[in-house]
Amino acid sequence: MDTGLIIEKSLLVLAVFGITLLIATYLTYFERKVAAWLQDRIGPDRAGPFGILQPLADAGKMFFKEDFIPRNADKWLFILGPGIAMFTALMTGAVIPWGPNIEAFGRSISLQIADINIGILFIMGVLSIGVYGIMIGGWASNNKYSLFGAIRASSQMISYELAMGISVITIVMMTGSLSLRDIVDGQHGSFGMGWNVFYQPVCFLVFFITALAETNRAPFDLPECESELIGGYHTEYGSMKLGFFLFAEYINMFISSAVIAALFFGGYNFPGMDAFSGNTLAILGTLAFFGKIVFFIFVFMWIRWTLPRFRFDQLMHLGWKSLIPISLINLLITGLVIAFNEGWF
Amino acid sequence: MESTVSSSADYFPLVIQAVVALGFVITTLIVTHLWGPKIKSKTKNENWECGVESEGNARFPVSVRYFMTAILFVLFDVEVIFFYPYAVNFKALQLEGLLAVILFVVFFLIGFLYVFKKGALEWEK
Repeated sequence: MDTGLIIEKSLLVLAVFGITLLIATYLTYFERKVAAWLQDRIGPDRAGPFGILQPLADAGKMFFKEDFIPRNADKWLFILGPGIAMFTALMTGAVIPWGPNIEAFGRSISLQIADINIGILFIMGVLSIGVYGIMIGGWASNNKYSLFGAIRASSQMISYELAMGISVITIVMMTGSLSLRDIVDGQHGSFGMGWNVFYQPVCFLVFFITALAETNRAPFDLPECESELIGGYHTEYGSMKLGFFLFAEYINMFISSAVIAALFFGGYNFPGMDAFSGNTLAILGTLAFFGKIVFFIFVFMWIRWTLPRFRFDQLMHLGWKSLIPISLINLLITGLVIAFNEGWF
Repeated sequence: MESTVSSSADYFPLVIQAVVALGFVITTLIVTHLWGPKIKSKTKNENWECGVESEGNARFPVSVRYFMTAILFVLFDVEVIFFYPYAVNFKALQLEGLLAVILFVVFFLIGFLYVFKKGALEWEK
């Protein structure tokens, strides 16, 4: 590995890191504005024009709050919980291809931090470590509400991970690669419209529902349902440790939208992309990708402020009795259809 | 599409990413700890629990259903993991591979039906 590549990758890491944090910060603002809009209110409008400085004020406040640890809590695990949650959330962005290659300084710069051939498996693995953050945080609080929130969160997340894994396998079977770059390039098609969602609508639906559950978003926000569990697993948290849990949720939402866009909606492919080339294509592709991400984030929020919450047994039944069989049958059908198309019979 | 072989150099950017992420997490945790006010009193340091006086410890056993879910997850997740290498080589293995995987899915489904019939997935009882 030469020095140029290391500098290039370091800059890319810092850029993605900065953008992720900025987007997560502004998603809190976006969420409140969307909620206000859906409920016919105004939303935050005091800090700066249209309340645009509100997230910065919130983040500042988080820093200067008292860093409180309850007497009964397990001190180190209490600190470790939000740390793991934030760390795993920040790691997932590494394998997502943000756009086509850019030509600059006489070299082709890849807008993907690490193009490893296990891409999507890496994301699934890191996501499942994220469960530990919530579990450890909730248990260490030594609070009954936190404990129930944490246990609900972990059993919900592991249950939905199965259906999510099977629906990803369906896409991998079509593409023949786990690398997100290959999966995105495989959806190029004619006019840049060979998106997987047209071939795998059921798979997309299953993946989208499990993504909602994995990020603990409504209607699957049972781990932190305010009406029964106060704040769920983060009831005892304050200061930036609470901030980490909330930021991790928003970063996960951003990354999930990116993964949905990359797996099913062609990533940086867009209709009519063949008319462009070089850096124009790279910039337009990246913009198209971010456009899709913002759209899915909006859908996440739209669902949160529209649908009521599930009951816990309904949630488990949906995960185990509907989504897993549906995704398995979809997997079999996909295999048979591909076999038929390739003429193996 | 040809699946390429990743070398350890491909994983190096992940190390940079991990260092940046870990650095950010640790620095922020230390800085907020130093900046905030520190007021301690016996009542304030208690767990909150909705303002009601705290009863006992939160280190108690919970419903066994959660444990069942975790056990079943481990079982089925291992089976799901077995699908991944197959899915990558799906087009190379052709019909033979497909028949083998159908057999595997049938075993998977039999196990799933057994769990279903045993009532391990029931929550209202």
